[in-house]
Amino acid sequence: MGSFAGGALPPDDVVVSALRAGDEAMFAALLDTWSRGMLRVARSYVSTDHSAEEVVQDTWLAVIDGIDAFEQRSSVKTWVFRILVNTAKKRGVRESRTLPWSTFEQDGEPGQGSFRGRGRGPGQGPGGPADPVAAWPTPEGEALAGEVRALIAEALARLPPRQRVVISLRDVEGCTSDEVCEILEISPANQRVLLHRARTAVRGLLASYYESVTQPE
Amino acid sequence: MKRFTCDELAELLTAYLEDALDQPSRAGVRAHLSCCEGCERYFDQFRATINVLGDQPPEKLSADVRDRLMSAFRERRRS
Repeated sequence: MGSFAGGALPPDDVVVSALRAGDEAMFAALLDTWSRGMLRVARSYVSTDHSAEEVVQDTWLAVIDGIDAFEQRSSVKTWVFRILVNTAKKRGVRESRTLPWSTFEQDGEPGQGSFRGRGRGPGQGPGGPADPVAAWPTPEGEALAGEVRALIAEALARLPPRQRVVISLRDVEGCTSDEVCEILEISPANQRVLLHRARTAVRGLLASYYESVTQPE
Repeated sequence: MKRFTCDELAELLTAYLEDALDQPSRAGVRAHLSCCEGCERYFDQFRATINVLGDQPPEKLSADVRDRLMSAFRERRRS
């Protein structure tokens, strides 16, 4: 088996039989392709980098143990990420950093208000012509791009957990909405609401930042 | 075609981008965006936000954890 770096993984049937046959190149390809997204998702539930890495490690060990019994009712990726989410939730509860998942069924309110501020309102909306939506500078310089990246990381960390997981999977890691719904076992409508709140919050934070860099004083 | 206020429009952008709106709503969003400069800019910012989100540096498993997992795979397959 060659390397899959940069390319797409082969179809699930091929992946599953290769793993069952002990194909190390295939296992390495999965590890290198999915671990980054897994670390990011784990971080939504646990408090430290170290815990996140342990959650990812435990997930892969469960995958190694479970591959023979995997029935392919879902895609391999969904299966792996579901194990990850369950492992991370348990770990998060143990650390008691996060509240049980059910507490967030109605989430969205905490954290939202904190992003409100100037530049939030669209159009000439309620703010009126006195509060127009400003154009953003193109982040040409590396310094600005670096600052924006750091800001995004901070914005993600401030989101309520469910919003954070959804936006991390969708916009940061590029999963499809179908994948996210399956991994988190939520409806498409619910997924969209969480994603929209998260994007709105992150846009608000970016807007405040751009205002501060484009308007001296 | 539906008509939306600026605030209503802002709430529909993700559904619009996901192609989850019915035809009258989609047409309403398009019409509003084409004649409201503020909302057009807000929409640009919204998409710019999605773009920068995709520009986060990839996270990486540390080399020793990766090695440990590769050994675990190897051993488990042999047993």
